[in-house]
Amino acid sequence: MRKQRLVVVGNGMAGIRAVEELLKIAPDLYDITVFGAEPHFNYNRILLSPVLAGEMTLADIVLNDANWYQQNHITLHAGKRVVKLDRVARQVIADDGTFADYDRLLLATGSLPFMLPVPGKDLEGVIAYRDIADTEAMIATAKNHKHAVVIGAGLLGLEAANGLALRGMDVTVVHLLDWIMERQLDRAGAEMLQASLETKGLKFLLGKQTEMLIAADSGRVGGVRFKDGSEVAADLVVMAAGIRPNATLAHAAGLYCGTRAGGGVVVSDTMQTYDPRIYAVGECAAHRGTVYGLVAPLFEQAKVCATHLAEFGIGRYQGSVTSTKLKVTGVDVFSAGNFGTGDGLEDIILHDKNGGVYKRLVIEKNKLIGAVLYGDTADGSWYFQLLKDQTDVSAIRDSLMFGDAFTNNQIGDVGHAGNNKAAAMADSAEVCGCNGVCKGTIVKAIREQGLFTLDDVKKQTKASSSCGSCTGLVEQLLASTLGGAFTPTNRSIKPICGCTEHTHGEAREQIRTAKMLSIGEVMRALDWKTPNGCATCRPALNYYLISTWPHEAEDDPQSRFINERAHANIQNDGTYSVVPRMWGGLTTPNELRAIADVAEKFAIPTVKVTGGQRIDLLGAKKADLPAIWSDLGAAGMVSGHAYGKSLRTVKTCVGSEHCRFGTQRSMDMGVKLEKMLFGMWSPHKVKLAVSGCPRNCAEAGIKDVGVIGVDSGYELYVAGNGGIKTEVAEFLCKVKNDEEVMEYSAAYLQLYREEGWYLERTVHFTQRVGLDYVKRRIVDDDVSRRELRERLLYAVQGAVDPWAERAQGVAKQEFTPLTMGAEKGARDERLAQTLSH
Amino acid sequence: MSDWHKLCRIEEIPVQGSRIVEREGNNIAVFRAHDDALFAITDICPHKGGPLSAGIMHGHKVTCPLHAWNIDLTSGEACSPDAGCAKTYATRVDAGVVWLQVGE
Ligand code: SRM
Ligand SMILES: Cc1cc2nc3c(=O)[nH]c(=O)nc-3n(C[C@H](O)[C@H](O)[C@H](O)COP(=O)(O)OP(=O)(O)OC[C@H]3O[C@@H](n4cnc5c(N)ncnc54)[C@H](O)[C@@H]3O)c2cc1C
Ligand code: SF4
Ligand code: FES
Repeated sequence: MRKQRLVVVGNGMAGIRAVEELLKIAPDLYDITVFGAEPHFNYNRILLSPVLAGEMTLADIVLNDANWYQQNHITLHAGKRVVKLDRVARQVIADDGTFADYDRLLLATGSLPFMLPVPGKDLEGVIAYRDIADTEAMIATAKNHKHAVVIGAGLLGLEAANGLALRGMDVTVVHLLDWIMERQLDRAGAEMLQASLETKGLKFLLGKQTEMLIAADSGRVGGVRFKDGSEVAADLVVMAAGIRPNATLAHAAGLYCGTRAGGGVVVSDTMQTYDPRIYAVGECAAHRGTVYGLVAPLFEQAKVCATHLAEFGIGRYQGSVTSTKLKVTGVDVFSAGNFGTGDGLEDIILHDKNGGVYKRLVIEKNKLIGAVLYGDTADGSWYFQLLKDQTDVSAIRDSLMFGDAFTNNQIGDVGHAGNNKAAAMADSAEVCGCNGVCKGTIVKAIREQGLFTLDDVKKQTKASSSCGSCTGLVEQLLASTLGGAFTPTNRSIKPICGCTEHTHGEAREQIRTAKMLSIGEVMRALDWKTPNGCATCRPALNYYLISTWPHEAEDDPQSRFINERAHANIQNDGTYSVVPRMWGGLTTPNELRAIADVAEKFAIPTVKVTGGQRIDLLGAKKADLPAIWSDLGAAGMVSGHAYGKSLRTVKTCVGSEHCRFGTQRSMDMGVKLEKMLFGMWSPHKVKLAVSGCPRNCAEAGIKDVGVIGVDSGYELYVAGNGGIKTEVAEFLCKVKNDEEVMEYSAAYLQLYREEGWYLERTVHFTQRVGLDYVKRRIVDDDVSRRELRERLLYAVQGAVDPWAERAQGVAKQEFTPLTMGAEKGARDERLAQTLSH
Repeated sequence: MSDWHKLCRIEEIPVQGSRIVEREGNNIAVFRAHDDALFAITDICPHKGGPLSAGIMHGHKVTCPLHAWNIDLTSGEACSPDAGCAKTYATRVDAGVVWLQVGE
């Protein structure tokens, strides 16, 4: 069967990105042909500015070289401009007569610079700033000419002006409006930016309307005249007054092009044009009336388009929020979202004129909707994340202006989450401690392999692919290396994994509303792309099923990580660790004796007291596990679930039972909590602690639920974490007695179980939904609290000890190796036949 | 010289799961996919030797339990961007009985 033919017009950033995404998911579906008007391979257009500034060379910015086209069997017609699109014959024809037939066509023709329609615009020395040819022309002109005028003080104009100045030209930037970069900056920010660009030697003429370009005696351009009669000398004029979607080809072929947004090819949310065989992505496409001129949204479009080309029929592009960063070395400007003024908008402004820092945050209804940063842009990606996630910022409003580091680390922090440090780090400094990846390696990979997203970096370098604590640092490296081309992933709309377009929230909603009871049902209903998911989505779905429909949904052992399947913790050498429960950290001589006996009988190499007040038997052989559990069980011990996304430990101090300061019976309280929660599965592990007085010897301040005894009752704390990044627990409320401690704790944990995402610890869950929301559900609303508690108690009702079951032979196959049959060599007729082939 | 060995009945291997065959030298993991396809592969991950038998199986791949490399069970190759290969062995089902071919 003949493969389908895909023809791509435009060998630029969006078109080739779409092809790359397509190859990832459907490598063999199409014969692909690409036409590109420029005589080059696909290159990173946004890095033309560093090339012009002399910071990079053209060779550095190639994204896909000859090898890539060859390896993927793509026919590239570089240097051939498509001049005709025949939709009836389904054929495109290039200026030299080359033609290609298509089954599907992808238009990715980018945009055309807008040339002011003034007399003299066709003179020699008048150019735009769009491609390699323009950049080379500027570099060449700078060698033997003096005066340059850049018309337009947007991002592009300023980057052009900066580059030309660095190449020794005397540069004047002309702008029609009263302040520069008016689409990204407010006046105050713009004035500071202008002042610092002036110190770099740029001159500015603002509020000037160009009337004509004057020819010099040589015939090339010699100057610019304005409406007010003034003139300025110019051997080079760079027009950077905006871009228009390049939809000429589509228009001529009768494809519907909008009138809004300069007439881009109109596409639907699937990136399809009005002709179902033709798709369009990039700056030539108008989506819901908007044409995007930055790569981040174009890459999102490319991804969606690829899933449709691959015939998966899923994924919709729904528009993007964008952010921009000016790529002028030594000048930091960041802008995102909306920063106008209006009803209901509140401003937080920091303006340090002498210090060269200006920051403005715009808030609407407790959400950040815009940010302008000048001088210190280290927090740009943090603000952008808050903006995209639509995070409720009311709780951090007071410190919002001081940035991520300040807001999130006010209490001393041993975590290495990494704030604002990326740029200052040495290349040899280690970024990812888990996988030993240093800064230089990451930056090099971003540059040389053309990486744009956190996922790309994770895949290619392994950085941030393990514990994730360096994610912030890696994102900063992406931001500082890519400039405006970087968009942090929006976690709230991020799909669970590559197998689906659906988010955690959507999957769980489906399970709840349609009462789904098995993973297969969910995958069918939500059109999973893979036959049976992967190691990321299956455990998540399994958890959502069993937590939403306890006692009813099917718990699939094959969708649980080995630890939860084997009920022990796998070690680096393939052996396992065994941690029996010691309720509230209490034990008895009898238990200790049994542990000692087991350790000897099964030759356990290491016995260790854990950080969770119990004893760990490390290095047990898998096949011995059921027998070990049987012996421990005989002494009354059960699984400590030290391996599960489940209840771990309830640490206690000695409390008023023994301690001279104790105000409450903390050991007793701890044991009661642990017994109540036994058998509870949760999005991530759950740890509690109970201290008998505010001296807090059980460290209740860094637990998922922390209970601190006081004279009049207990104080409850939630969402603490002592792990990767230490997070102090938040005060939830005060309660009177043991019953209330159990009720509130159960309710909080059930809320987390119902609304937390798989692998989200309580702290991240609580930060996401907001402590106010938690308080509304648990503290203010008695009915909601009791219902939550009831649902938790129902879920854990009748929980059995997984060890006892297995000691009696449940899941025997997990622990029993197969042996190769005695009938070695035996074969029947048919086998013999197949073998003789 | 390679010999076929009788292992077990196919139902004794969980769907989307595995059993190990203990051997001198290296164990072999025998996997049964959702579509009943069978795979046998050395139980040693090409990365740092993790027991592949303990991984989560999806499609015809398995994710190693230690550092989550994905191994294609048909070829034994690690999936891109990781690189490495684990030795595979031939299997056969006959009248519901699983056979494994082990080279000497
Ligand atoms: C055994 C123990 C260390 C010890 O010898 O003391 C331990 C051992 C492991 N911890 Fe831990 N943690 C142990 C107490 C802790 C504590 C202290 C505590 O519980 O009071 C913490 C900080 C408190 C917290 O969780 O907030 C802790 C924070 C972590 C983290 C970081 C979690 C986070 O959200 O930041 C991980 C990684 C993870 O879970 O993803 C982790 C993961 C692990 C794993 C399970 C790694 C793994 O997935 O294989 C380790 C298993 C080792 C092994 O080979 O068996 N361990 N771990 C402790 C068992 C306690 C118990 O009795 O159950
Ligand atoms: C100097 C500069 C700096 C920039 N900096 C940033 C930045 O910091 N951050 C950011 O996000 N964005 C930046 N951008 C914008 C970004 O480069 C564009 O948004 C992006 O390249 C658009 O991708 P595209 O595929 O739609 O168009 P292009 O990348 O322009 O690709 C379109 C290609 O199609 C070809 N083509 C057009 N018509 C035809 C035809 N008829 N036949 C064959 N081929 C044709 C063109 O020659 C071109 O190569 C910058 C742009 C420039 C010029
Ligand atoms: S916190 Fe300190 S004082 Fe209070 S009970 Fe525990 S040990 Fe005693
Ligand atoms: S040992 Fe298998 S992934 Fe590391």
